[in-house]
Amino acid sequence: MTFDQRQPRPPGFEDEARLAVADTAASQWASITASLIRFTGDWDLAEDCVQDAVERALARWPIDGLPDNPAAWLTTAARNRALDVLRRRQTERAKMAEVAVMAGLERAADRAEQPIDDDRLRLLFTCCHPALPVESRVALTLRMAGGLDTRQIAKAFLISESTASQRLLRAKRKISHAGIAFRVPAEHRLAERTGGVLAVLYLIFNEGYGSPDGELTREALRLVRLLVELMPDEDEARALLALLLFLQARRATRFDAAGDLVPMEEQDRGRWDRTAIDEGRWQLRRAASSGRPPGPYRLQAAIAGRHAGAESAEDTDWAGIVTCYDALLVAQPSPVVALNRAIAIGFRDGPEAGLAELDLVAAAPGLDGYYLLPAARADFLRRQGRPDEAAVAYRAAVRLAPAEHDRRFLQRRLESLRS
Amino acid sequence: MRYLMFVANDPDGEQLPENTTPDWVADVDARGKRLIGDRLRPAADATTVRVRKGELLVTDGPFIESKDWIAGFDVLECDDLDEAIEIASRHPMARAGRLELRPFWPFDQE
Repeated sequence: MTFDQRQPRPPGFEDEARLAVADTAASQWASITASLIRFTGDWDLAEDCVQDAVERALARWPIDGLPDNPAAWLTTAARNRALDVLRRRQTERAKMAEVAVMAGLERAADRAEQPIDDDRLRLLFTCCHPALPVESRVALTLRMAGGLDTRQIAKAFLISESTASQRLLRAKRKISHAGIAFRVPAEHRLAERTGGVLAVLYLIFNEGYGSPDGELTREALRLVRLLVELMPDEDEARALLALLLFLQARRATRFDAAGDLVPMEEQDRGRWDRTAIDEGRWQLRRAASSGRPPGPYRLQAAIAGRHAGAESAEDTDWAGIVTCYDALLVAQPSPVVALNRAIAIGFRDGPEAGLAELDLVAAAPGLDGYYLLPAARADFLRRQGRPDEAAVAYRAAVRLAPAEHDRRFLQRRLESLRS
Repeated sequence: MRYLMFVANDPDGEQLPENTTPDWVADVDARGKRLIGDRLRPAADATTVRVRKGELLVTDGPFIESKDWIAGFDVLECDDLDEAIEIASRHPMARAGRLELRPFWPFDQE
């Protein structure tokens, strides 16, 4: 709605306009960036123009009122900015790009309601190209597809803003210098490259899941949703969405008011997000209906879904969870999966069986220095009524745990042994 | 895009029963994707050249001592990195050793 300039704005309108800019930017960022990259081949230009369009919207909308079609407004503002820059460059290449931008973004603006699926998919695959270092893939995906700025990326990964912008800069340089094409990979590479995109998105989620602030988890969910929308038949993408929904459903109960970690068995299950759990179930069922054998994300989603579906900690279907871990250990063998399987066996068969399984896992290489191994041992020893041995294991876990909230949690457990 | 592909040995690589490099060369040449390439004599036959303070220094051996050494090279002409990766992945040394793709950096480009 556009306001009549003579009428006073309703109170609170400026905040509403700023929210509208944020919403439109979040939903349109990836598609505007992606089409600018496709038509100009210039990642820096695309990034600057979208940023500029959002800043213009922040300056104009609170004064002029919301445009009738906010998405088209933002797209046009970014395109006009790109054309200005290209005209000023005045080179042959720039002129060709200018024609392409005009034609392409005009088409895009005409159907602003309709997503330009292919461009956004190209963007995700290119940001997650295996020739880029992993931390650059993460930063580039958050910046170019998610619209996060360097300050937000720096904050989320506990790095300085200059490190974050260096990562982005180097990634964009490599794309240009090494000839990384803006495209969806060839059919015979699609499965492995899709796995690469999913791995980056899961990494983003996990980075956010470990902290009380939920920005990265929300962003990862949004990007996985986008991927599912663009590749509806990709069962592992849908399975990852289900997994993230199950995990996100418990988010609010994972930390107490003091920011301390609450273990799953003590979480207030009444506050788990039922809507997210229901959607997770539905997405998981749809992923399974592909008829393909379950991949690693479907198995992890099945495990998270069993936790989410248990009415109480005692009701947890540990037998079913162990079965999933057995399959996961085949699909994606790793020491961490083996450790989690051992823990699940301990809950299914009792702490003594759990300790025996942990011994087997500890004998294999790969978990040296990993705090969850002594933490799991401590937990089973505590449940078995062996507080002295548990204390030794808790102290080892506290020494190894990298995150402050994990150390605090283990320390509290250690202290509770004495009472 | 032009890429220099270094073909390097790797002690951890797979042992191949026979060297099928000529088949790879024939295939890539037939598609016009290879400008030049060859096998190289081992590091023991290398000579390193430097001029320091006007004085020519010629020494025996490669300038980087390493357990994997460059055994050959190819110059590839490809549309983009993905195509170069595809071509490299079919080289027998992708399994027996490792390949490094370095884009050309023409002097008229930034």
